[in-house]
Amino acid sequence: MFQIRVHGRGGQGVVTAAEMLSIAAFLEKKHAQAFPSFGSERMGAPVMAFCRISNKEIRLREPVLEPNALIIQDRTVIESSNAFQGVVENGFVLVNSSVEISNPVKNVNIKCIDATGIALEHVGRPIPNAVLLGSFAALTKIIKIDSVIEAIKTKFSGSIAEKNIKAAQIAYEETLKGI
Amino acid sequence: MLYQLEGSQAIAKAVALCRPKVICAYPITPQTHILEGVGELVRNRELSDCEFINVESEMAALSVAIGAQATGVRSYTATSSQGLLYMIEAVYNASGLELPIVMTLGNRAIGSPINIWNDHSDAMSVRDAGWIMLFAETNQEALDLHIQAFKIAEKVKCPVMVCVDGFILTHAYDRVDIPPQGEVDEFLPSYVPHVSLDVDNPIAIGAMVSPEYFMEVRYLAHRRQTDSLEIIQCVGEMFQQKFGRDSGGLVRRYCVDGAETIIVTLGSVAGTIKDAVDELNLDGQSFGVISIVSYRPFPAEIIMNSLKNARKVIVVEKALAPGVGGILSQEIELALKNTKVEIVSVIAGLGGRSITKLMLKECFLMKDHARTTFLGLKEDIIAREYTPMKCCGCEGST
Amino acid sequence: MSNFTLGNNEENAAVQSNCDRPNTLTSGHRACQGCGEALGARCAIDAAYNAAAGKIMVVNATGCLEVFSCSFPENSWKVPWVHSLFGNAPAVATGVAAALRSQRKEDIRVIAHGGDGSTADIGMGCLSGMFDRNDDVLYICYDNQAYMNTGVQRSGATPALARTATTLPNKNYMGNDPQTGKNVPQIAMAHGIPYVATASIGNIPDLEEKVSRAIEIRGAKYVHIHVPCPLGWGFPTSETIQIARLAIQCGLFPLFEAKNGKLTASTLIENLIPVENYLKTQRRFAHLFGKDVAPDAIGVLQNIANANIERYRLNGDVSYD
Repeated sequence: MFQIRVHGRGGQGVVTAAEMLSIAAFLEKKHAQAFPSFGSERMGAPVMAFCRISNKEIRLREPVLEPNALIIQDRTVIESSNAFQGVVENGFVLVNSSVEISNPVKNVNIKCIDATGIALEHVGRPIPNAVLLGSFAALTKIIKIDSVIEAIKTKFSGSIAEKNIKAAQIAYEETLKGI
Repeated sequence: MLYQLEGSQAIAKAVALCRPKVICAYPITPQTHILEGVGELVRNRELSDCEFINVESEMAALSVAIGAQATGVRSYTATSSQGLLYMIEAVYNASGLELPIVMTLGNRAIGSPINIWNDHSDAMSVRDAGWIMLFAETNQEALDLHIQAFKIAEKVKCPVMVCVDGFILTHAYDRVDIPPQGEVDEFLPSYVPHVSLDVDNPIAIGAMVSPEYFMEVRYLAHRRQTDSLEIIQCVGEMFQQKFGRDSGGLVRRYCVDGAETIIVTLGSVAGTIKDAVDELNLDGQSFGVISIVSYRPFPAEIIMNSLKNARKVIVVEKALAPGVGGILSQEIELALKNTKVEIVSVIAGLGGRSITKLMLKECFLMKDHARTTFLGLKEDIIAREYTPMKCCGCEGST
Repeated sequence: MSNFTLGNNEENAAVQSNCDRPNTLTSGHRACQGCGEALGARCAIDAAYNAAAGKIMVVNATGCLEVFSCSFPENSWKVPWVHSLFGNAPAVATGVAAALRSQRKEDIRVIAHGGDGSTADIGMGCLSGMFDRNDDVLYICYDNQAYMNTGVQRSGATPALARTATTLPNKNYMGNDPQTGKNVPQIAMAHGIPYVATASIGNIPDLEEKVSRAIEIRGAKYVHIHVPCPLGWGFPTSETIQIARLAIQCGLFPLFEAKNGKLTASTLIENLIPVENYLKTQRRFAHLFGKDVAPDAIGVLQNIANANIERYRLNGDVSYD
């Protein structure tokens, strides 16, 4: 089972990111479960969402405590949310940041990408979730970029979908180059 | 067909497949997405000939359903927590009037203190209201139980509450198999009311009943409930035959045969418990799990037969009767009163406290259980806040 | 109850004067002798029955009417009737109307009715919701100005200075506080619903006409009917109708109609009487005529009547907007 935890702030599409991940995995005939951190959080407050991907039925309903991958949509929540907690050895950490961040845990594959910048340029809105999923596909290879694209189409429509798909593809290519 | 959907949307689709004619909506977290979902299905005509009514309170939501069902059409609503308490008078009324309404309960704690997260306090507050109460373990089960609920309700002439863990299921994206409309229509034919308002054959529904007859009315309600055990089982089997999924019935048994210790629970936590039990059994332990689907009527006999050979039974429940302890635990104790099985009660997950596999494993392996254990209780907070009380009369004497 | 005593001619004879009246609330029920609510309900539902060619369904709130009309195994209703709870009759009626609409049976007209307690107090939320949605329901309130079923306690419709079991006057207290109470017809009008009317069993042809008119209209309708209660108000059971007429004549119970929130018609008072003539007929106001009475007590009620006369143009000074 591969477990993902997404950190960010209310309004950044954190929950949608986890949901799209689960849809992408579902499209690859895997079992997937996505759920939010169940709060009454308002815009701007730190939020979390979780996703599990497995070849078997997923029965576990606890929060993701030992993520194989972290997606951090806003680096300003890292400290307050203790975002790196529990991440497994050789796990993946994907951070939305235009600057490199110091790596607080050993033995993880960390990757920074300016997802907000890419989103602003290609979508026109500072919502980094789809961009990060493109990068996530390249970094972890757990899901294919084509599945991410299909998942984006279930959450966005029309030109917003197209723009998000383009932005995700750009992030995917950029991340592949960096590995 | 398989979909990756939010639990609430899966339930909304299931409800729409049952073709209710009247749906009443009042928002309360965490149930709200379900009613938004069915509302959209009505507005885009996926569910036709259905009146979707935005009401002003939960009291009105269930009351509108009562009026509609009394007029002879299938009706549906959903609620949670405080909303259920706000409509409680109508909850009793619906069962008393023998109206087969189906309602989803997105399980949530009850305040004060206000808390929007999951536990089973709301369901437990209406356990004696005369409704059939079914608990779902997964979103697939939630979906399937709704389709069965209309059939059971209409057969038994009793409303059915489908209890679905708030957030944990309602807000979780999972893989669900949604049956085609044609198959659901075959399983659940059009509603033929046993009694309804009719201008050609006027009757009165809801008469006052005096002491001369009231006992009999209540006795018959009790008999109908106990008789419905068989119907719930039978509808579950019919469902399995038709759709190939074992997602109804009275209880769900997992590794029970020969198990030394059996965990009994309600709702979605059964999944985490099964994972914990698998790991323990791999280490040479002997655990089984029973999750109760039909909490009302309570299948005491089946539970007794499934548990009587165990050494120990651990009841994991998400509700608390202050001054008593577990609620489900009491009912399990009653079911096992003629056995020597040790029964312990684990109160877990109140107000949305996470229940983790690790916590459960540690708890299940404990040698000496207190009669009631509070899973993950923060002892430091209790030590700070708890002051033993003394009656003024005995002050100084002890 | 022959309407000819009112000076009516045969053309506008009351339904109740006709031997072939539908008797939707048939005899044998358990209402008190002289019950104004029983009379009001029978007149209203008979009129609705006639106006809808017999196609009506009735939702009843808990209260006197429900208790005396339908106690298992007996039932006085000759129309489809359902009772659910005290505070939810308007919502239940919404459900009935929705069920009929979903089956395209909108020729069947839906009525919810109850007393002033279920209307002005406990059911106000559901009533307001029904008005808000403009559901196709006629709501009828039988106003006897207190909780009679439980033994005459104050409701939001209890008049100023009236004695009830929870507003017992003594030397420090004159009875129900004049600063309290609510005017449900005005609340209904504030929702802008298509039709609001007041009626009284002191003017049965007018009551029947208003109910019939309401039945014809689609959307939410509200008819508020004044129904004196011999037991709760303290008067001989033979005087129910007479007392209802006095309430109209003194201006304390104005008869009017409003459409879409605007006053459109009122029934003029022909022979205006001082409120005293009405008040002194009832034991609930007897303390106002005692020795210890405050000098302005009756004046308080006269002022209310005067305000009604002005507000609803009951003196013939008519100019509706």
